[in-house]
Amino acid sequence: MNEPLLEFRDFGFKYNAQSQPTLYDINLTVRRGEKVLIAGPSGCGKSTLAHCVNGLIPFAYRGEITGSVRVNGRETRDLSLFEISRTVGTVLQDSDGQFIGLTVAEDIAFALENDCVGEPALHDRVRRAAQIVDIESHLLHAPSDLSGGQKQRVALAGVMVDDVDLLLFDEPLANLDPATGKAAIELIDDIQKETGAAVVIIEHRLEDVLHRDVDRVVLMREGRIIADMSPDRLLAGGLLTENGIREPLYVTALKYAGVDITSDLHPHSIRTLTLSEEEKERVRAWFRAAPPSPPKPERPVLLDARDIRFSYDNGRPALDGVSVQVERGELMAIVGRNGAGKSTFSKVVCGFETQQEGTIAFLGAEDWAGLSIKERADHVGYVMQNPNQMISKTMIADEVGLGLRTRGVPEEEIARRVEDTLRICGLRPFRKWPVSALSFGQKKRVTIASILALEPEMIILDEPTAGQDWRHYTDIMEFLRELNRRGVTVVMITHDMHLMLEYAERAVVFSDGEVIADDTSAAVLTDREVIRRANLRETSLYDLALLCGIGDGRAFVQRFIDYEREARA
Amino acid sequence: MTNIFNYIDRPSPIHRLTGATKLVCLLLWSFAAMSTYDTRLLAVLPVISFGLFAVSKIKLRDVSFMLGFTAVFMVLNNVLVFAFSPQHGVTLYGTRHALFSLGGNYVVTKEQLFYHLNLVLKYLASIPIVLLFVCTTNPSEFAASLNRIGVKYTVAYSVALALRYIPDIQREYHEISQAQQARGVEMSKKQTLVKRLKSAGAILIPLILSSMDRIEVISNAMELRGFGKHKKRTWYMGRPFRGADIAAMVLCALLLAAAILLNIHNGGRFWNPFA
Amino acid sequence: MKKSPVRTIVAIGIGAALFFVLGRFVAIPSPVPNTNICIQYGLLAFMAAIFGPVAGALIGLIGHALIDFSYGWGIWWSWVIASACFGGLMGIVAKRFRLADGIFEKKDILTFNIFQIIGHVIAWGVIAPVLDIVMYAEPANKVFIQGLVGGLVNIVTTAIVGTLLCVAYAAAKPKQGSLEEEKDD
Repeated sequence: MNEPLLEFRDFGFKYNAQSQPTLYDINLTVRRGEKVLIAGPSGCGKSTLAHCVNGLIPFAYRGEITGSVRVNGRETRDLSLFEISRTVGTVLQDSDGQFIGLTVAEDIAFALENDCVGEPALHDRVRRAAQIVDIESHLLHAPSDLSGGQKQRVALAGVMVDDVDLLLFDEPLANLDPATGKAAIELIDDIQKETGAAVVIIEHRLEDVLHRDVDRVVLMREGRIIADMSPDRLLAGGLLTENGIREPLYVTALKYAGVDITSDLHPHSIRTLTLSEEEKERVRAWFRAAPPSPPKPERPVLLDARDIRFSYDNGRPALDGVSVQVERGELMAIVGRNGAGKSTFSKVVCGFETQQEGTIAFLGAEDWAGLSIKERADHVGYVMQNPNQMISKTMIADEVGLGLRTRGVPEEEIARRVEDTLRICGLRPFRKWPVSALSFGQKKRVTIASILALEPEMIILDEPTAGQDWRHYTDIMEFLRELNRRGVTVVMITHDMHLMLEYAERAVVFSDGEVIADDTSAAVLTDREVIRRANLRETSLYDLALLCGIGDGRAFVQRFIDYEREARA
Repeated sequence: MTNIFNYIDRPSPIHRLTGATKLVCLLLWSFAAMSTYDTRLLAVLPVISFGLFAVSKIKLRDVSFMLGFTAVFMVLNNVLVFAFSPQHGVTLYGTRHALFSLGGNYVVTKEQLFYHLNLVLKYLASIPIVLLFVCTTNPSEFAASLNRIGVKYTVAYSVALALRYIPDIQREYHEISQAQQARGVEMSKKQTLVKRLKSAGAILIPLILSSMDRIEVISNAMELRGFGKHKKRTWYMGRPFRGADIAAMVLCALLLAAAILLNIHNGGRFWNPFA
Repeated sequence: MKKSPVRTIVAIGIGAALFFVLGRFVAIPSPVPNTNICIQYGLLAFMAAIFGPVAGALIGLIGHALIDFSYGWGIWWSWVIASACFGGLMGIVAKRFRLADGIFEKKDILTFNIFQIIGHVIAWGVIAPVLDIVMYAEPANKVFIQGLVGGLVNIVTTAIVGTLLCVAYAAAKPKQGSLEEEKDD
């Protein structure tokens, strides 16, 4: 066995600003050529652990260290941030924040420039790093011309120019669509095999990371490591779901079917999964036991958009003849890759942009085209992805009442409606708190509450669960479902396939400014052509159906969805 | 909007000069234009700069939008100067040749008109050259150039960061302001001035708070990649000086020298044809 | 919040970008027809109050110069330098504030506004007009009145926008202390 590259021994850390330590008793070893996944719910300390690996702790964030952490055999506190960065290359979650250069080439060159590397080595090494991540045809492009996946590859090239021994990825999948995320995991794997570097990935989306093999999964909870084992062994136990990490969907399905998961089944990937004939029959039996799907209720059309065409400043059309109908009381998803037109569509509906052609009708609101942004907001509320971009008041009650106040509603009426909305949103216990004291998920609720206070018939949410761990994801989605039961029509713009599967009754798929599919989530996620064009992935449930000899994959997926909804209701 | 600064990439001798050269030339030229009111030199400079435009293959219509701004600004400033100080020329040149009266103190004099001519020439001497610089210098070269002429590289890099993040911040501002408008926060004329400013605050607060987070992320990313490690750094976009660069800088230095010599010769910044 | 030289450099870059975006693209209609009010000085005062005099001065300098560059009317150095001076002056008072710890009380609001008024008076009442006279030989009464009007507008916008930003920023800083959930009745 080779020397450890990274070694934590009885390590603990407490931020100066906090009264309790964030990390306790960390013992972890990573050797050259190993690939380790660190998983855990929000607030478990995994980001702090990453800071301890790359040297931001103790050099940028002050605090108290106990025990030892060695990189390449030396205590990090005896090194400098710069020396550590020679060994550890970090790819941050925020690919826009990490993209510092004005162009791809300059960004890749950044570390070399700081190291005073001159010509011709500078240009050569940049080109080589760009080739490894396959971005060398875009060297002169600005970040605004790149997709999220391309920016991430630039970030990777930017740390690879330094020939680091350990690559550290902080939530690499958070901002990527499913297909790009899959490609990212494949690229990381290929690079590791080629360079022999060690790879540490911090991510709570377990199934996506396990698309390629990892050596070990380290599970964290409340600042401690509670498991450090092979993925097969981890999946065989119940540790994941107990700790707020979602297990792969095919594992969940197997459990529903009554199959006992052991590490002998090699459950870490659908490709390696081996089932006996008896186990397959169990799955088939579970599938056959499906009760008939309930009939779709008849509902009036609430929003009727027809043949919408729109382009930004004489550019390529962003919407090219889009027609979408939303029924009253529906919970639906709009999906598609970045730039497919889904956000533009919602902006046109809300009046932020005006279509060049086409009509929009809204039930109960005459002359939709003649309404201002503010007037449309009385019917359709829009919730941005990042709650921090919406909140402008210090106190929760003021934030929720803002829209009412600008509409000149009398104060007693405001007080009553704010109170009601806070109760519905489960925020009443916090009504006198400042917004800053809330968690991200709670802030999200505040922004939804501030929209609901206007009592719109319909709300549109942009990526309602982005960056959330499973528990927060479930909180937010159950809350939206509850609102939906109360009669609010909910439209979600999302990349998240789980969200579609578990919550959306219907998915409208955008691609290049057109609607390419409008069907049930199960149908969309089992249609190869739609999946390809929308940058989605085939769900592993479909592969499980194939493995068990079930011909109708779509019906199998639908069975899973119905079973889950039944179980939750 | 990725090209707010209107960089136009065309093959020309001026584009081939390094950014640092163009920056030095711009500074020398600006000092020359700023230091003197010698009408003869001020008349020569615009002629040269329009010649340079031809060499650089930048067409008038490429910059018509910016020239429009300049023209409005120039007219406005001239009107203001005349409105406030119709006899400024008389004070400057020490003589008074009245032409006609517009009533009250507003007597138009030859001196005043001559002063306005100088003012216009001064604009023409100093503005087109800035446009030329903006149109022919790749923003990516800008930070490297500042560092080359002696600005500390850390400060030069903050200019690069500003250029890098302007489009991102602009997009974010736009999105926030749309969402706030939907909630009824507006800055239109329907509101009182104080309300308008408070509305601006409602849009700015989320923008500023998220920018503070952005500062944190970017500074981490930069430190993790070794920014600030050494006293110096190299620049991917930096280029070595060639003969043409040296020649251009020498010529601009000569212009500045001419301006200074003329000022000495004239015994002041003004060339006085009335004396 | 961590303190490091790199952080200040980034703050200058992002501050200048914000200054630019506000100054170039954000137009608040003013009572005078066809003129707009600039709110970027509220931002500049706020950034200077957090990051200090060097950052304040450089944000003003770079941000204002970039605005001039983008309009193409040449760099109006006298006003650019005045912006830088205002940023620098506001940064000098930064030490009095504890914004990073989430503290910005009534007396801080008062200090902030007294200094911003002094800062604007020096920048637009003295530096800009004097430089206009020295560099461009413009008539004194014109430049002083111009400076005074500009300064007055900037004082009003800084008083509202700058104070709002400081208060909001301080409030957004999580503070130690006990918050209790209220029981639903």
